[in-house]
Amino acid sequence: MIGYILKRLGLALLVALAVSAIAFFLLRMSGDVAIAIAGEGARQEDIELVRRTYGLDRPLVVQYVEWLWNTLRGDFGTSIYFKTDVATLVFAKLPTTLLLGVLSLGFALLVSIPLGVLAAVYANSWIDRLALAIAVVGQALPNFFFALILVMLFSITLRWLPVSGSKTWANFIMPTIALGYYVAPAFMRLIRAGMIEVLSADYIRTARAKGLPTRKVIFKHALRNAVVPVVALTAVQLGFLLGGSVVIETIFALDGLGYLAYQSITFKDFPVMQVIVLMLSVLYVLLTLAADIANAWLDPRIRVA
Amino acid sequence: MANSSDIVLEVDGLSVDIRTAGGTLHAVRDISFSVKRGETLCLVGESGCGKSMTSLAIMDLLPKAATKTARRLAFAGEDLSRAGKGRINALRGNSMSMIFQEPMTALNPAYTIGNQLVEAYCLHKKASEVEARERAVFLLGKVGIANAAERLGQYPHQLSGGLRQRVMIAMALMCGPELLIADEPTTALDVTIQAQILRLLADLQRELGIAMVLITHDLGIVARIADRVAVMYAGQIVEEGPTASLFNAPRHPYTQGLIACIPVPGRTEPGGRLGVIPGVVPSLVGEVRGCSFRDRCTKAQQACLDAPPVRETADGHRWRCILENAA
Repeated sequence: MIGYILKRLGLALLVALAVSAIAFFLLRMSGDVAIAIAGEGARQEDIELVRRTYGLDRPLVVQYVEWLWNTLRGDFGTSIYFKTDVATLVFAKLPTTLLLGVLSLGFALLVSIPLGVLAAVYANSWIDRLALAIAVVGQALPNFFFALILVMLFSITLRWLPVSGSKTWANFIMPTIALGYYVAPAFMRLIRAGMIEVLSADYIRTARAKGLPTRKVIFKHALRNAVVPVVALTAVQLGFLLGGSVVIETIFALDGLGYLAYQSITFKDFPVMQVIVLMLSVLYVLLTLAADIANAWLDPRIRVA
Repeated sequence: MANSSDIVLEVDGLSVDIRTAGGTLHAVRDISFSVKRGETLCLVGESGCGKSMTSLAIMDLLPKAATKTARRLAFAGEDLSRAGKGRINALRGNSMSMIFQEPMTALNPAYTIGNQLVEAYCLHKKASEVEARERAVFLLGKVGIANAAERLGQYPHQLSGGLRQRVMIAMALMCGPELLIADEPTTALDVTIQAQILRLLADLQRELGIAMVLITHDLGIVARIADRVAVMYAGQIVEEGPTASLFNAPRHPYTQGLIACIPVPGRTEPGGRLGVIPGVVPSLVGEVRGCSFRDRCTKAQQACLDAPPVRETADGHRWRCILENAA
């Protein structure tokens, strides 16, 4: 098990490194940092001065290695727009995004597991069709549109929840639902499909032959096996959640990493963008790793591999 | 003389219908038999004759598309066809248990052997985990598994097919059942293991005095361990009787054909041909009229288009044929 984790960890580090490189080069190709620093409408010689001062005239590879070296030492650079230390900026926003991610994932699982299990146990019944309808709507509706519907209903018409901000827990309710509903259908369908397959397995018949109550057959013997692929999907869905948080945080002006990403793109704040991309990718890689480990724990047959 | 309280399982007029796209398939048609305490009844017949459906119907484990009807389906005098779901669950795995054909897939891959062994015992006997594990170790030893205590922590994929089937047997015996149904318990195992498992089953059955229904298509097994044999063909029991009587004087043409198919050392000539029953099993979809074996029977007559009578001798040997003795 330890060897398995170490192997996965090594792989995760390589992936994070590759992503950081790709992100660095892509961002640099998307615009001129010197112009961003000097400001729109700056004179050509000022831009050249900035380029030389910041070492932006050197080859990209050299700049990347320098950036990577600094980042690894904990020096994330300075924000062009906010004029503050990027590390302080990013770490101040990170908890909000993590909280939103965890909450919406929790919401998605809370909705999709019971719904998926019900849909499988009562396959082809009205319950199954209702669950399918909920899933189709969730997948078809763009999350920003759904977020706006929520705002219209709960903030403007009913006046129950605040429209935007991130001061209180009430600010998190709508973003959580909007983001969670966005990823829930994939979970629901996977759980439904997995449960239908598992419920026809021989070991389910064995469990029933033991006289176990239906509840125990479904939740102990079936769900445990049906949930294995769900763990793998969770990692992928968390990626969607992190990406989706850029849109959702911006709509609700939730002061997290996603909102910061939106601002840094708007203001061409390259150092901030780079760190956010790196951060999200490291987070994503770590989550995938956690999913792999959880999988090995759930399915004893994987452990030897 | 056996009295009625000795009868553990009584099946009277059991039928199983399966809804299929092509119509209703009459998998089991009006079969009746009973098994006494300490008795082994073998249900034999070729694939698809309704043996497994019969056992699943008794355990109330039929797939969703199948429905059963019975005049009486009684376990230890209690009519199961009128019992509720809770009552069935209280009996299943407790006083009646089952061993399945596929030991490779019959155990849950996500839980340890120990976890799966103790489950039913803790539930039915209200026993603690510790007591249940003690019993599990005892039974694993009994079914011939060495280092039983260590095995409890292992997962099914770490065991061979033969070991898994031994675990299944131990699992079925956890609560000390009165009835054990074994549905082709050795089909998926290789030949040397088959013999071991069967001997084990026969020994345990005798030692514990349980009533056993053994489903198989291997007549060699039957001759060695059955007290009574029921031969199924196309969803019906075509012949049933004490093992010696059935093997020595088979009455139904199908049983005669089956027995002719068994190679016997000394009697079957080396290089000689074994018996073959020509033809195929009739479709069981839709209404089945007359004798279902008539298309393959060498002694078929005009009268076989009607349902054949059930004939019986004094020693309880019954068969379903227009002929007194087809031989």
